[in-house]
Amino acid sequence: MALEAVIGLECHIQLTTRAKMFCGCPAGFGAAPNTQVCPVCLGLPGALPRANRAAIDAAIRLGLALGCTVRETSVFARKHYFYPDMPKNYQITQYDRPLCEGGALPVRLESGERAFALTRVHVEEDTGKSFHPERLGDRRVSRVDFNRAGVPLLELVTQPVFHEAAECAAFLTTLRRLVRWLEISGGDMEKGQLRCDANVSLRPAGTTGLGTKTELKNLNSIRGVERGITAEIARQRAVLESGGRIEQATLLYDADHDKLAVMRSKEHAHDYRYFPDPDLPLLQVEKAWLEETRERLPKLPWEVAAGLEQRFGLPAYDAAVLAEDRERWRHFEDVMALGADAKTASNWIMTEVLRVLKERGWEMAAWSAQVPPARLAEFLARVAARELPGPLAKQVFAWMADEPGDVAALLERHGVRVQSSSEDLVPLVRAVIEENPGPVTQYLAGKTATLGFLVGQVMKKSGGQAVPQTVRELLERELANRPAKA
Amino acid sequence: MSRDGLWNSSAAALAERVRAGTVEVDAAVESGWEGPAAAWEEEVHAIVHHDRAARAAGAAAAAALTTLSNEPLAGVPVVVKDNLCTVDYPTTCASRILKGYRAPYDATVIRRLRAAGAVVTGKGNMDEFAMGSSTEFSCYGPTRNPHDLRCVPGGSSGGPAAAVAYGLAPLGLGSDTGGSVRQPAAFCGVFGLKPTYGRLSRYGLVAFGSSLDQVGLFARHAGDVAIAYGALAGPDPYDATTRLGPAPDVSGWESGVKGLRFGWPDNLWRAGVEAEVVAGLEEAAAALERAGAERVRFEFLPGEYAVATYYLVATAEASSNLARFDGVRYGARHDDSPDVRSLYVRTRSEGFGVEVQRRILLGTYALSAGYYDAYYLTAQRARTRIRREYEEAFRRCDFMLLPVAPTLPFRLGEKTEDPLAMYLSDIFTIGVNLAGIPGLSVPMGRSSSGLPRAVQLLAPEDGEPVLLRAGRALEVRGKVARLPRAYEAEVAWPSKR
Repeated sequence: MALEAVIGLECHIQLTTRAKMFCGCPAGFGAAPNTQVCPVCLGLPGALPRANRAAIDAAIRLGLALGCTVRETSVFARKHYFYPDMPKNYQITQYDRPLCEGGALPVRLESGERAFALTRVHVEEDTGKSFHPERLGDRRVSRVDFNRAGVPLLELVTQPVFHEAAECAAFLTTLRRLVRWLEISGGDMEKGQLRCDANVSLRPAGTTGLGTKTELKNLNSIRGVERGITAEIARQRAVLESGGRIEQATLLYDADHDKLAVMRSKEHAHDYRYFPDPDLPLLQVEKAWLEETRERLPKLPWEVAAGLEQRFGLPAYDAAVLAEDRERWRHFEDVMALGADAKTASNWIMTEVLRVLKERGWEMAAWSAQVPPARLAEFLARVAARELPGPLAKQVFAWMADEPGDVAALLERHGVRVQSSSEDLVPLVRAVIEENPGPVTQYLAGKTATLGFLVGQVMKKSGGQAVPQTVRELLERELANRPAKA
Repeated sequence: MSRDGLWNSSAAALAERVRAGTVEVDAAVESGWEGPAAAWEEEVHAIVHHDRAARAAGAAAAAALTTLSNEPLAGVPVVVKDNLCTVDYPTTCASRILKGYRAPYDATVIRRLRAAGAVVTGKGNMDEFAMGSSTEFSCYGPTRNPHDLRCVPGGSSGGPAAAVAYGLAPLGLGSDTGGSVRQPAAFCGVFGLKPTYGRLSRYGLVAFGSSLDQVGLFARHAGDVAIAYGALAGPDPYDATTRLGPAPDVSGWESGVKGLRFGWPDNLWRAGVEAEVVAGLEEAAAALERAGAERVRFEFLPGEYAVATYYLVATAEASSNLARFDGVRYGARHDDSPDVRSLYVRTRSEGFGVEVQRRILLGTYALSAGYYDAYYLTAQRARTRIRREYEEAFRRCDFMLLPVAPTLPFRLGEKTEDPLAMYLSDIFTIGVNLAGIPGLSVPMGRSSSGLPRAVQLLAPEDGEPVLLRAGRALEVRGKVARLPRAYEAEVAWPSKR
């Protein structure tokens, strides 16, 4: 009996609002432990929450981008469980009336594009962070930093629509791109800005029911999500194929050892005792707010990618990479507006520009400040006109990243003269023909592949400053003028 | 100067003298401690935290206000219930679990008190976490009724009620979740206002039942209630449940009740209410009629299920609100725990008293999976109906006259072993909290046995002006010897037994 996996994801997206979800404390990171706290986020007696409108706004943006239904009236609820990093021993979240419901995220897979259906997106608060155990004298102690307590989170829940770990990874990559595009989250899984739990079950292929599921936690990177789910599918498959039964449980994935460990079994499942939080009024999103947010919503990355494919005839892959973030896309559009060749621009941005960003740890904005679109367009025009030989083009590109000036200025500053005219190159071409009678004979005998060797020799003589295409043309012309020796 | 005549004057008169510069703030505050407290506090035990240095600092801060000569409560000492956060005194909710806890911030109502020139003169005793009707469930021991030391002062705000009654201060702040201001006010013979839900900020009031809790006021004079309400009421950005827009204007509290209709649902006290309480109601109704109000008789059943509804909603919310007291971050902690779970269990088992544990268990049960619909959700539906029944009643009248409690003050120990009897003593007060409307407890003289009698006035949302007009009318017209006939007159104090 063939088994198929069914996977649903629960993603937590940490919002980059200035203030926390229910108080005015800064929500940023890196401060000394327990310095970004107040009576509200510490859950001190008598303190009361007040909802941060900017966080609700971010939730609405994501909801609209995903095509969710945004409720006009939603409800904050309390979810109870005792844990030292949870100041009130309940979390303010949303339960039976979440802010956003339905919707889907379109994801490009190798097999084509698929829209993965969502259940909901709701708003909640983060917990503090525990550090344990440590030694204090002869005692073991745990410490808690409450700076993170109360930072706004969105919880996004998908329907059980994934069948492979790779689909989940692609979904998360796309989600990460979207939250960055909407400027609502850093989206970095390693930093906990994007977190993911997975519900995994197996069922006989072709059936529609759902098997007993397990919940995977601690999937701290996109690679971790893929490997953790792969491991859990394999584990469940082995259990089922040997006639065993899956126990409902929560599992922790250990990425270092690629292992799963049981965190709690079903008997220890929590009763969260949800009920509407009486400290917070109903969350009302009036129509005007919704419409205004909809108008402010930027063109979405998949819409942008489709447009790039269509307008510039770019391959889907190129379009998707260029639409990875908004700055990159803007940069490309600006360069194109200056008359660049689409594929040349796309190639250089996708490879060389991204390499510079990665090597230098730059944001796209830093690049655009150093190399504004006009500079890049001028450079690309020279490349397209074959005025810069390959190795030299890369060299000039590197200078651009560090220095001001157009291509001519850079060449001059570095004492490079591009030998692109026939007058410069003809003597070199002729010398190479004289010095290599063997290959010349072979060429003239019809073995045209030898031409490449001769081009290389000319390039060498020019010190790499000739344009290969020009050299090739000159060689062909010179050789054609030579009578074949008997 | 002599401090005679300071402690027993009204807040209004005291503030007037401070504003005029004829009385120092410190003298105004200390007068209550030197006179009546010296005589009464040891036996009554109304105050659980007080501190001469803190009072002096509070008085100095008030005296330093540049606006003091305009402040409505200039120099007025106020007794504050121990569940309102104050930076200058511990805030413990009379619970072992908060022993020694000092809040790092002032509750909004405390900030407004101080801004209005008032001084916190001490923290009043209470039933632990405001759960109780007698101030017997306090980790500091009970408060006694200054009118009869064998009797309870009512609860849960028994401390502030008793302190205002014996003259420590002209004003007190309590909290009212199901009658915890009105019932002790009745038992101690002072005015007690439970405002409309959302009119006084709850920020800094340690929560019991968040959707029912409201900060309330104690005073010996209707006019002082009006002044304090004017200084404290209004929206607070720190409490999302406060009502938007300015609070109703209560400055017309002396304008009388001529032409107003008051509801007389005497079906409520045909059975189960003491004759002395009914006599007080009759006297009040007669006084209101003499003052020009019209009595409207009708049957009123404010939800036969009000008590059940109240104890489901209040305990459910309490079980959640009290989850934060776990020994991890503040308050008492059981330190010999091998792991965090036993730290929770031991801290909470030892830190909470029996009544609080009873209510946490009830509330936890009501919210449990599988029971939520049957209990909490059903209670919420019942609550909506109860609210509607009050709305119906107020279509026929401007305010209603009701008992506060079915009995006169009862003896210490009389009900502590019978929680249900204690819960049922709230039957006339809890509806107001479920409906979110205001209620005022008004003293109506003494019973034949010398105990305070009282009546309760109810009004629709934002009906505080009507309540205070009617309360004032009873203060002037009530055939009650110990009530002042003129506002500034000296109050006759209970004699020692």
